[in-house]
Amino acid sequence: MGFSLKQILLGNEAVARGAYEAGVKVVSSYPGTPSTEITESIAQYDRIYCEWATNEKVGAEVAIGASIRGARAMTCMKHVGVNVAADPLFTASYVGVNGGLVFIAADDPGMHSSQNEQDSRNYARAAKIPMLEPSDSQECKDFLIKAYEISEEYDTPVMLRLHTRVSHSRSIVECEEPKDIIIRPYEKNIDKYVMMPGMAIKRHVFVEDRMLRLSAASSAEPEKTGLHKMQFKSSELGIITAGASYQYVSEALPEASVLKLGLIWPLPSSFIREFASKVKRLVIAEELDPFLETEIRAMGIACEGKSLFTLQGEYSASMIRSALSDNPNPVSAISADSLPTAPGRPPVMCAGCPHKGLFLALSRLKVQVTGDIGCYTLGALPPTSAMDCCVCMGASIGMAHGFDKATDGEASSNTVAIIGDSTFLHSGVTNLINAVYNQSRITVVILDNSITGMTGHQQNPSTGLNIRLCPAPAVNLEDLCRAVGVHSIRVVDPVDTSLCQKIIKEELEKDCVSVVITRRPCALIPKGKGRKEDRTVVNYEKCKACGQCIRMMCPALTEGSDKKPVIDEAACNSCGLCINLCKFDALTKGGM
Amino acid sequence: MTNAALSKMEMNIVLAGVGGQGTLVAGKLLGILAIHLGLDVKVSEVHGMSQRGGSVITYVKIGRKVFSPIIEKGSADYCLAFEELEALRWSGLLKQDGVLIVNSQKIKPLPVLMGKAVYPDHIEESLTAAAGTNASVKEFDALTAALSAGSSRTVNMVMLGALSDQMTIPAEMWEKAIAEVFEGKEKLIPMNLKAFHAGRELMR
Repeated sequence: MGFSLKQILLGNEAVARGAYEAGVKVVSSYPGTPSTEITESIAQYDRIYCEWATNEKVGAEVAIGASIRGARAMTCMKHVGVNVAADPLFTASYVGVNGGLVFIAADDPGMHSSQNEQDSRNYARAAKIPMLEPSDSQECKDFLIKAYEISEEYDTPVMLRLHTRVSHSRSIVECEEPKDIIIRPYEKNIDKYVMMPGMAIKRHVFVEDRMLRLSAASSAEPEKTGLHKMQFKSSELGIITAGASYQYVSEALPEASVLKLGLIWPLPSSFIREFASKVKRLVIAEELDPFLETEIRAMGIACEGKSLFTLQGEYSASMIRSALSDNPNPVSAISADSLPTAPGRPPVMCAGCPHKGLFLALSRLKVQVTGDIGCYTLGALPPTSAMDCCVCMGASIGMAHGFDKATDGEASSNTVAIIGDSTFLHSGVTNLINAVYNQSRITVVILDNSITGMTGHQQNPSTGLNIRLCPAPAVNLEDLCRAVGVHSIRVVDPVDTSLCQKIIKEELEKDCVSVVITRRPCALIPKGKGRKEDRTVVNYEKCKACGQCIRMMCPALTEGSDKKPVIDEAACNSCGLCINLCKFDALTKGGM
Repeated sequence: MTNAALSKMEMNIVLAGVGGQGTLVAGKLLGILAIHLGLDVKVSEVHGMSQRGGSVITYVKIGRKVFSPIIEKGSADYCLAFEELEALRWSGLLKQDGVLIVNSQKIKPLPVLMGKAVYPDHIEESLTAAAGTNASVKEFDALTAALSAGSSRTVNMVMLGALSDQMTIPAEMWEKAIAEVFEGKEKLIPMNLKAFHAGRELMR
């Protein structure tokens, strides 16, 4: 990457740049929208060691180890990833740091690509660690650098809270020359680094004192730290806000006084008191939970917040303007009233997607499916509608085992757990061990597409490559399943829907844990690309317009005016699924 | 437009399309262009689920100081719809006197393919009638122009070419931004420049 002073960076890229400039040495993360691009972007800085960890807990523990041994370290995850990493996080708070340690938690208000809308700020309060919240790309970089200073000065892990609109918005960043990487001296110190009751009791005292000192420092020198910003204008209305909400407030209420918090935990209580005393009406603008509002009320300060704004989804300038300003919101030039309704455009499985064949088989088998997190969660939607539940990473296998035990084994003859390769290694394998150990009768399908697909194609321990695409040892999924005690393991190409259906049916009938691995690389990665000469062609004389191929919803295959399929050559990935489905041999390989 | 006028420009541009149509690259290019003009800019993207053939929207806000990265209803100076149905979906973002630039390409969404919904007919006529004298609607076939330039993947450059014809920023500045966005993939530049100029022609 060429160095230039001003760059237009995603918030996530700016965090990576900040890590580079701050002299971070070790980064270990598991991908998750909207955090993924941070670690991907770190990979461009050769001097930083970075890796994809098997899950967020592992990533956090690697970073904790690196910090204890003296390096500045970072681990990045989406909000639900923090749940996985919560165990090390809470005790890392007691242990503190040697080299600076930063956890990045990227929230997803509005759930652009998530299963819930949890608010990571609650973790900072619960784990008793400081949290910073930037509101644009420049602050992403600046606050991360600041986070390392706080971490080392106060002997604490620091959490940087991002969210989708900050992570995935590009704005201008002034880049600077990086600091040298420094490895601080390491000394054995079991009172600080071994958390047994005798040591932890003392460290807890330290933790509480640390948070008081931080709160006082944040209040005493609010401007000096560069983290808080007070813009005093009208005394009629004052807004306390942070992160993306600050941007909406600034756009909607140019006349209001605004206190923008950068360090959002612990709160600068006397600074907040001072601001509150200067305004007649105090409003808290924050997405998701009433986190600041609850704390500010607890200080005995009267304020409004969730009585005006929602607990759900993202805020906007219009929402804030409607609630607090006499200025009207803009009016569209084109009114929707006089227009036809636009049908929705939900995401679909890609042309050549290997999951499509499996889902057709599951749909035909009419089985109950416990699902998991990945592109394949789309199988829950039409046309296959082949999923009954999906909760979190790795849960499919445990839930299927629960189906089995709830029905004394009856459910196992028609229940299938489905899980991707990366999700299986993340947290499915522990569930598989549990199922074998507790004599389950479930059938598990591992969808091995040789990549972590949903988050945009990251490598994982089964792909044979590391984050920098250098060769790495690959976990053999069959060997792994065998080693934990699974005796019935079958491998099938999911494009062969009929064979897939037959094998799953056979495994469902067995009274033990079975694993079926559906193996075919994702159509969007180089090894999943089909040959041009194998693209589907239509023999229109043989085609009976039965609609079988059209109903499987391949983006490369659409319905022509005569109800017969039309192939989009540029989109067809030569998987042959439609050819396998056609009962009239009207579809064949042979596109040019 | 003079340089002084350019430096005061405030512009909200919406890029609406279907996952895989190149709206992200177009957004990044507009961001680079804004930096070259010495202006503040925010480009808001949506990643993840929406890329699997879903509806995708990118907001580009340019000005002396940009706060919110989101373009709200009635606030877009330009709305570039990379697909006709997406023009219908996002047309409400257009402000008074705004310009809606539409690629006539139709990509049927899942509910239409399944026969559960109908792809509306005469979208251009409906939009033009609804816009009345408040805004203008300009529709053309960007896909054919992109294919003549060398690839359907250059639809984004055709759309930006059309936008550039409306915006009076000198063509050389656009060309410089195109070169910068394809840094490291220089062999793609001539094809994309060709598509960009084809887009300019389509608006004339």
